[in-house]
Amino acid sequence: MNKYEKVEELRHFLARYGLPRERPALTLGATDVDRALGGGLIPGALHEVYAQDWAAAGFAACLAIRLAGDKPLFWVRPDYEALEYGALHAQGLAELGGRPDNLFLIKTATAADALAAASDILACPHAGALVLEISGQPKALDLVAGRRLNFIAAETGASCILLREGAEAFPSAAQTRWHVSSASSEGDDWGLPTFTADLSRNRLGPTGCWRLTWNPEDGLFREPAREQHAPYDSSQKNFGRVAAASFDRTAEERRRIAL
Amino acid sequence: MWLPRLSTERLKRDDASLCDGKRPPLVIAGRANNALYVAALEARAQRLGLYKNQPLANARAITPDLTIIPADEKKDLELLERIVVWCDRFSPFVAAVPPDGLILDITGAAHLFGGEAAMLDHVTQKIGQQNFAVAAAIAGTSSAARALAKFAPGHIAAPGAEAAALARLPVAALAVDDKIIAALNRAGLKTIGQVQTRDRDELTARFGKAFVTTLEMLLGQHDQPISPRRPLPDLMAEQRFAEPIVTQDAIVACLLSLAGSLSGILEQRGLGLRRLTASFFRADGQVRRIALRLGGASRDADRVMRLLRERLDSLSDPLDPGFGFDVIRLEAMLTERIEISATSFDSDEHAKHEIQYLADRLSARHGEARVLRFVAQDTHIPEAQSVAVPAEDREFADRVWPSRHLKNDPPLRPLRLFEKPEEINVPFATAPDGPPSFFRWRRAQFDVARAEGPERIAMEWWRNISASEKRTEAASKAQTKSENETAPPRPGDKSEAQYPTRDYFRVETRQGQRFWLYRDGLYLQNGLAPRWYLHGIFA
Repeated sequence: MNKYEKVEELRHFLARYGLPRERPALTLGATDVDRALGGGLIPGALHEVYAQDWAAAGFAACLAIRLAGDKPLFWVRPDYEALEYGALHAQGLAELGGRPDNLFLIKTATAADALAAASDILACPHAGALVLEISGQPKALDLVAGRRLNFIAAETGASCILLREGAEAFPSAAQTRWHVSSASSEGDDWGLPTFTADLSRNRLGPTGCWRLTWNPEDGLFREPAREQHAPYDSSQKNFGRVAAASFDRTAEERRRIAL
Repeated sequence: MWLPRLSTERLKRDDASLCDGKRPPLVIAGRANNALYVAALEARAQRLGLYKNQPLANARAITPDLTIIPADEKKDLELLERIVVWCDRFSPFVAAVPPDGLILDITGAAHLFGGEAAMLDHVTQKIGQQNFAVAAAIAGTSSAARALAKFAPGHIAAPGAEAAALARLPVAALAVDDKIIAALNRAGLKTIGQVQTRDRDELTARFGKAFVTTLEMLLGQHDQPISPRRPLPDLMAEQRFAEPIVTQDAIVACLLSLAGSLSGILEQRGLGLRRLTASFFRADGQVRRIALRLGGASRDADRVMRLLRERLDSLSDPLDPGFGFDVIRLEAMLTERIEISATSFDSDEHAKHEIQYLADRLSARHGEARVLRFVAQDTHIPEAQSVAVPAEDREFADRVWPSRHLKNDPPLRPLRLFEKPEEINVPFATAPDGPPSFFRWRRAQFDVARAEGPERIAMEWWRNISASEKRTEAASKAQTKSENETAPPRPGDKSEAQYPTRDYFRVETRQGQRFWLYRDGLYLQNGLAPRWYLHGIFA
């Protein structure tokens, strides 16, 4: 095989598995992350979010809000997920900057049904993004299913975020894979949603691990300034550390109190 | 239509041994005023001189050898209902007239069978094939048809000729109280014709207004509306088969042609489909109905067909043709006017339609209750603030969502909310009314590093929440007791005990996990330690 043949074969591979080069990447907001991703997250592809703890659903929602833009956002989950991980709360999505009036929730009986529904949704070019929430290791979810989703997404440009809770990573055709855990807020106060996002697979570039804070106002992530506050020290645990603060203070008032 | 031997025929259908000609004649015994009487009887028993409503003792005296079975009106009614369903194939407008009659409105349906006489023959023959004795008649009003079916079966009264047709019938055909019939007979009025000749005022004075109304209804001067068993479709298309069809291909081809003709009619009238029912009439009398709902009015046959196929493919008990379907019908149960406008170049409009179609397909495949949209509600109870409704319900589509409470502020509500808040174990809070310093949930311990709150959410006292009242009943008893012993009651106490408030805290654990916790009721309000719940998970 000479190098031309090799290049030809690679081109073929690319054409088949669809790297939609003509679709501009969507920046996530944090410079380091965007650089690693080659400009941002590519719409019309499969992205996997693995949960290390309870924060992953929030991260998946943030990515989906970013990728969906003004188009409808679909959330597909088997029935039993709600018992374990809680029902989807539309107000909560609105608080993250999403549009609940543009949200469709599809509750299916089985994981196989969820995959079928996901294929149908991704096949519609007017769908923005889809969060497919499948926990555990159902048989229906395998390499072929993942490839299929990636392929359909590449055809239409709708993005698929596969949210996996209580699950082990499996070989798949995903564009990116994130392992997400929660991270402490900046400062001493309860702050914006913050994640530790470990990009463990990236088909277009290097991997990495970042702390990311989501800003619901502009729908972008940013990297918080490095640890300004001392990490939590359990030896200092006393009741004074936890101060109840009123819920409806503005950010300004909060700052004033902090001063 | 009158089925005079419904009860005995029901028993014969269930138990073949009763059909044996050598067995003693069958009589159904009913109970009235603590005495047994003959409620129904088969033709053989009638030939022996027995009659309906005869005391059972008299019947036994005439013929000691009888098969007597107690009456079961409920089962008779069930059978009648099933016959009504089966009769849907003749006309969509069918109603049961208990205990043993049926009414079919054949307006506009008779010509499909080749005229009224041919239809009457066809219907009686078909019912006869199912081993029912049947007497039927056609008339312009339901009560006239009922009287004719019982006393002059096979008669077809032309419109306006009801009075003439009924004139010969005995007064018993009036279907009024026995006392009135006896009185009429005593007065020498033997037939309806003779009653008609009398002055209406006389009749009213003697027998009351209700009698005259009945008479007028019977004579076709008033009509009694009959209520159909099912809501009537706006439009329908159906296909009948001489030979029942069995194969999937034939069924699909038939549905496609029906959808095509239905969409043709819809187009002529400028209407679109919102709700559709496909009915499959099996040759053995079973009827299967499949309902379909569309999010937006449409008359595109291909689109309707695709939705129907999705629906058929996803049925949990698949369509079973058995010995074949002899009638397949598509009914447009709800139609809506489609505004005809030039197809706009607006891509938004197109995208909206496509998304609607996608939601329709998903609903057809997975079920309406599984494809949901969220509707904002005007309440501050967190779990009730948004309601998930089927995506097909467009009525709520225009509700406006409240904007975020505060700019540049962390989320106030969690992304995920437990439908049933999960109780957590809080050994002690930082302050009597403060957040917990650590808690246990799902067998793991969480140390609270940051907390915000409390945000107090009181239950809606203006609604009568019986469940929460019950819950606090025991608690409020304890409270009254402690009140008497200790401090004088504060004015706010009572309402707060009846409608417990929740103090919500947004807490962040040492690892950065964010939860939404609440304390149920006030601290030491009822002399009890408050209970803590985990309600939601933030991002």
